[in-house]
Amino acid sequence: MDRPKIVRYEKPGKVENYPCGAIRVGTLVQDNAGWRILKPVIDHGKCVMCLRCFLLCPDGVIDKSGKILEIDYRFCKGCGICARECKVEAIEMVREGGDEDAG
Amino acid sequence: MADRLITSAKELSNSEYFYGHRACAGCGGSLALRLAMKVLGPRIFVAIPANCMSATSFLHPQVAFSVNCMISPFPATGAVLSGIEAGARALGLKDYHVVGFAGDGGTADIGIQALSGAIDRGDRVIYVCYDNEAYMNTGIQKSGLTPYGSKTTTTPAGKNFPGATGRKKDMFEIVAAHGIEYAATASIGYPEDYLRKVSKAALCQSTSYIHVLAPCSTGWGFPVEETVEIAREAVDCGLWYLAEYENDEFVLNKMPKEFTPLEDYLLKQARFRHLKERDMEHIVHGRDKKWEKILKNWK
Amino acid sequence: MPGKKIFISGDEAVAEAVRMARPHVISAYPITPQTVTVERISDFVEDGSLKSEYLHVESEHSAMSAAIGAAAVGARTFTATSSQGLLYMAETLPYASGARFPIVMMNANRTVATPWALLSDHRDSLSQLDSGWMQVYCEDAQEAFDMILQAYRIAEDPRVMSPVMVNLDGFILTHTYEMVDLPDQEEVDAFLPPYRTENRMDLEEPRTVCYASLDEYMEFHMKQEFDMRKARAVIAEVDRDFGIRFGRQYGGLLEKYRCEDADAVIFTLGSVTGTVRSVIDSMRGNGYRVGLVKMRFVRPFPEDEVVDIAEKVKAIGVLDRDLSIGYEGIVFSNVSSSVLRACSAPAMVNYIGGLGGRNISKDNIQEMFLELLRAADGEKGKRVRFVNVGSEYDG
Repeated sequence: MDRPKIVRYEKPGKVENYPCGAIRVGTLVQDNAGWRILKPVIDHGKCVMCLRCFLLCPDGVIDKSGKILEIDYRFCKGCGICARECKVEAIEMVREGGDEDAG
Repeated sequence: MADRLITSAKELSNSEYFYGHRACAGCGGSLALRLAMKVLGPRIFVAIPANCMSATSFLHPQVAFSVNCMISPFPATGAVLSGIEAGARALGLKDYHVVGFAGDGGTADIGIQALSGAIDRGDRVIYVCYDNEAYMNTGIQKSGLTPYGSKTTTTPAGKNFPGATGRKKDMFEIVAAHGIEYAATASIGYPEDYLRKVSKAALCQSTSYIHVLAPCSTGWGFPVEETVEIAREAVDCGLWYLAEYENDEFVLNKMPKEFTPLEDYLLKQARFRHLKERDMEHIVHGRDKKWEKILKNWK
Repeated sequence: MPGKKIFISGDEAVAEAVRMARPHVISAYPITPQTVTVERISDFVEDGSLKSEYLHVESEHSAMSAAIGAAAVGARTFTATSSQGLLYMAETLPYASGARFPIVMMNANRTVATPWALLSDHRDSLSQLDSGWMQVYCEDAQEAFDMILQAYRIAEDPRVMSPVMVNLDGFILTHTYEMVDLPDQEEVDAFLPPYRTENRMDLEEPRTVCYASLDEYMEFHMKQEFDMRKARAVIAEVDRDFGIRFGRQYGGLLEKYRCEDADAVIFTLGSVTGTVRSVIDSMRGNGYRVGLVKMRFVRPFPEDEVVDIAEKVKAIGVLDRDLSIGYEGIVFSNVSSSVLRACSAPAMVNYIGGLGGRNISKDNIQEMFLELLRAADGEKGKRVRFVNVGSEYDG
């Protein structure tokens, strides 16, 4: 999976050490996993790698860099667009914390 | 840097440039941004005025963009884009795109002056209006792109009003009337068409404009997983259309054989559920008049 | 370009200075009485003597927004405005300063409507005193020329990184012709090196500018405040260096004229200073111990300097060409709060004059000094007085 790391943010401590304007981008200090009630689970047996879910995920959490599609559950909000739009019904939305919690 | 037309997910890189944002689950706007940035690649300067995308993505220390980005003053997306482009030009920067993402209010209302100025100057910038048909970031208030009959917090539906009573401004045609190099409408319900249009805009030598319909489940009132479907149905029922303007000509990209029932589209959404038959008739009439014009004048 | 003396207006002096400062991007919208500046700059861009991108923007709001966009990629920028235009761009002023963009703007001081008027006072710029911009007021075209160059040095100093508004009284300075000494371009380049900053977006190492901060908003603004305080020393330093290189020095934050043994002084901003100087010269000839404090910078405020003056004089008059309706002159409020820190308590009188371009004559100024001298002797009078008013008034 090729998705950004979550980093720890340390406050600068002294006011004078605060940035004077520009700061680096792509800094993630917190995930969005807690938003989810349902989570998408891909049935790789059914998946035909059409990439429709990768294309339509508003959060970009579906990674296509490997042999199979992988979901970055740290940032998946569980909206279910991937499952709804999957043409071969390879994605199931399962309740968070349930027995199916395998992802 | 996009240097050819992109029309499929296969051609997109796995890299994400808009990641970890705090937009609502199933947000259409964030999908519109994400896809456009994937087409344009990492060498971009992004300006976004006050809207959900800036509010949920620039919260120091968490910055959801991994490309150059800034929040512009609300009315000034077009001017900030021009400034970035002029600065980059003057500094001799090479191989980059300047792109703005403003909402419907940020484009058609408060930002229309700056957008008009940017197009008039012809600066090589890409302006994307992601249209969710109301001021969602502030809590679903009516904008100049809120369609007739839509219930918002400032156009409540009741005995006297059916919700919003204005007609949605034809931003695409307003922009085209400037003689812009390239303008297009799109919908996240037709993502491949949208990718193609963004990549086409990236090839332009002067200003380009893309108006992408991006439903908001919170503001429109439909289940979050239906965002893309609703965006598709908006086109299929004829309330939105996929078109381009270039070389002084309007071209319709998708000619529906017949429209899907308007009621199906409208009644799926809480913002339209109060509509009475005569309101529906009004909307059908507006749609048909628009299409009459389109079919008569566009290629 | 070798140095020379030419006969030009204040507006043109600003344009000449902009040409020598070589900004990458200029974005401006025309408004009387700033127009001549942007017209001359356009001529320079057209004839190739200024290699800048000139953006013809559709409003002052866009003028500053485009300057913000250009500054966001590390470009040196210039804009100019006046009056209603400044107020129209008001939203973007703290935007630029909070983002720490060292934009330089010329403001041709003109009053604000309504009633409509075209002539000068300081109500426009002083209404933006809290915007995080440094504000300097010029006395003549030469100073305007010099301050544009100095403004870039001060603004772009890594210790400061804040924008500067260079103010010229509309018509009185912008449209009056004077001999102005233009230095050699090479000397200017040596004084004002190219702008380099890390406060920009960068294609090789992507960054964000103009972002949001909820938890640490206060810290960001405290840093801005502390850096603005550091600007006081930088302003003095730049003034000294300018003096060494070009032979003209202005005293930094403020200039004191014949204050050494003065009993009464008047604080001024801008072009009226010259008139006050000449009144002082003639009164001094008659034995009156009067002096002038020319406020040059109002932000950052010359706090220590004002305290020092307050401890040496018996009466202070502040001539405000502005009025914060419902209270008093804005400069007076600012001066008064510093005077409170002094070990002595001079008499304080606020003179409101010159609104909408109303004349302030030598006689008016002499009357002020005479009243201040009586106040210095203990006579009680009104705290706020209106100068050269043709109609009777209670108040």
